[in-house]
Amino acid sequence: MGEKQLLAGNEALGEAAIIAGCRHYFGYPITPQNEITAYMARRLPEVDGVFIQSESEIAAINMVLGAGATGHTAMTSSSSPGISLKQEGISYITGDEVPAVVVNVSRGGPGLGNIAPSQSDYFQATKGGGHGDYNIFVLAPHTVQEMADLTITAFDLAEKWRMVSMILADGVLGQMMEPCTFPDSVPERNYPKDWILDGKKGREKRLICSLYLVEGVLEKHNEKLQKKFKKAEKEEIRFEEKDVEGSDILLVGYGTSFRGQIEAKRQLGEFGVKAGLFRPITLWPFPYDRLSEIAEKTKMPALVVEMNAGQMLEDVRMAYERFAPVHFYGRLGGGIPTPEAVTAEVKKILGKG
Amino acid sequence: MAKMKTVQTRPEALIDVTTHYCPGCGHGIIHRLIAEVIDEFEIQDRTVLVAPVGCSVLAYNYLDVDAIEAAHGRAPAVATGIKRANPNLIVFTYQGDGDLAAIGTNEIIHAANRGENFTTIFVNNAIYGMTGGQLAPTTLIDQITTTTPRGRSVGNEGYPIRVCELVSSLITPYYVERVSVSNAKNVRKAKRAIKKAFQFQIEGRGFTLVELLSSCPTNWSIEPVASMKWVDEKMEPFFPLGVYRDRSKEEVDVSAASCK
Repeated sequence: MGEKQLLAGNEALGEAAIIAGCRHYFGYPITPQNEITAYMARRLPEVDGVFIQSESEIAAINMVLGAGATGHTAMTSSSSPGISLKQEGISYITGDEVPAVVVNVSRGGPGLGNIAPSQSDYFQATKGGGHGDYNIFVLAPHTVQEMADLTITAFDLAEKWRMVSMILADGVLGQMMEPCTFPDSVPERNYPKDWILDGKKGREKRLICSLYLVEGVLEKHNEKLQKKFKKAEKEEIRFEEKDVEGSDILLVGYGTSFRGQIEAKRQLGEFGVKAGLFRPITLWPFPYDRLSEIAEKTKMPALVVEMNAGQMLEDVRMAYERFAPVHFYGRLGGGIPTPEAVTAEVKKILGKG
Repeated sequence: MAKMKTVQTRPEALIDVTTHYCPGCGHGIIHRLIAEVIDEFEIQDRTVLVAPVGCSVLAYNYLDVDAIEAAHGRAPAVATGIKRANPNLIVFTYQGDGDLAAIGTNEIIHAANRGENFTTIFVNNAIYGMTGGQLAPTTLIDQITTTTPRGRSVGNEGYPIRVCELVSSLITPYYVERVSVSNAKNVRKAKRAIKKAFQFQIEGRGFTLVELLSSCPTNWSIEPVASMKWVDEKMEPFFPLGVYRDRSKEEVDVSAASCK
């Protein structure tokens, strides 16, 4: 472990990518993620890497595909409107089964929206995003330290499964400074490379494609992809929980919205209300089973808090609502749920106002 | 009977399969020229084809090299990623007029302007082939397509885009030439241009683009032989053949563009 440093989330993410072995970054300016692009522009040449400020987000994601196809997993970062543009490429990369890391330091929408933090891209991130039947890994950090740690995880997941890994952060996580430490190195990733394009010397030619015109072949390809997604859903779920037994209510959140819930739990404690905490770290795959278990066992109500109109809410309801009620509190268009607002909401739910 | 002598064989880089292209289509000729050049430079083992969206997406069924599909218009961005990640590879995009000059204009201009060290084979047949004959950016004035049923009009669609002229208005590109595959003489010239482009790439000189005027009898509704004449008589006057940029023959002074 290196020394503790005070860093902005975007910079921590950039340095973690370098530590994870990222040597190819392609990106286009958009607020609030510009520090990542600037960091990679400064750092990559120092480690013999490649940095290109692309002509568009679309070009960037396709450069990521090209580099990834040669066995060099690349990263791109953007914010909500730019991520919308990348969806075409994300769909192709998934169909092609090429590893890639995409960062969304999301902002308020729809449209140009604003540059304030938001979680309104949850549906887009976790339900596919582009055309076709597919999923990508979605990792939701809630601290600067996690911006770094989950970036390293994202590279591993991308290469292990030959899928897209997305870091779903927001303007708060990107801009705020917190202490962060980095590992000196990461475990070597020796996943098979018998699919990369490096010239057909001594072997048959290889083709990376997502086009299957012969009847029935695309169905087979999709079945293969779905099998992979189902396996990943079993093996790669990550979440954090605290005091989920013996509590009066379960607070469910992720990323920035979860931070307010930690403080709300403390405030509620002073008021004599016990609150459990549940935070999905992977938004895909989503920890449905664990939430169901908690609901079935405790029957306590849950309060989902998000910076959107209730997107993760749907996933929580799917897991939780057959056993116990699910409530929602959200802020829109860049608003952040304060601990006081969450506390007030809990009191209302428990009839202790 | 005199002993037979082999004077021409199928290039090693060209796969022995039945073509899916229409009779009289120029793609087959161009595929062969590329395969010959790959053989002559002995680069089959380190070449990567970036296939476009359009009829020639299936180019990888004919060329015996590693290949990847790009989304419509994005081939230059994919090629950029490949070449930057593995500069030892010989990378080329194979793109039609809709792919390169409509949906992919941004990608081609910026890859050319960065001087990416790959080769673009640009096939201009003045129409969208795979989708059934729609207006292309290179469709000629008055040319009938399914989306210009009364002919392309300047008032509604503007003039055809001249890609070589556009790309060579940039300072960075290294080699830009327009050729045609309309007759044997032109095909020989086309081969020389493709070879030159690959040569420059192998030498690491920068971005190279060869535009090939080609035929689409099916969507033009013109007989194959007459189609080749149409290339000569209709296309060539608006799309003049020739070298638009050859940096091996000129020096570029960057001082005027520098702030130092």
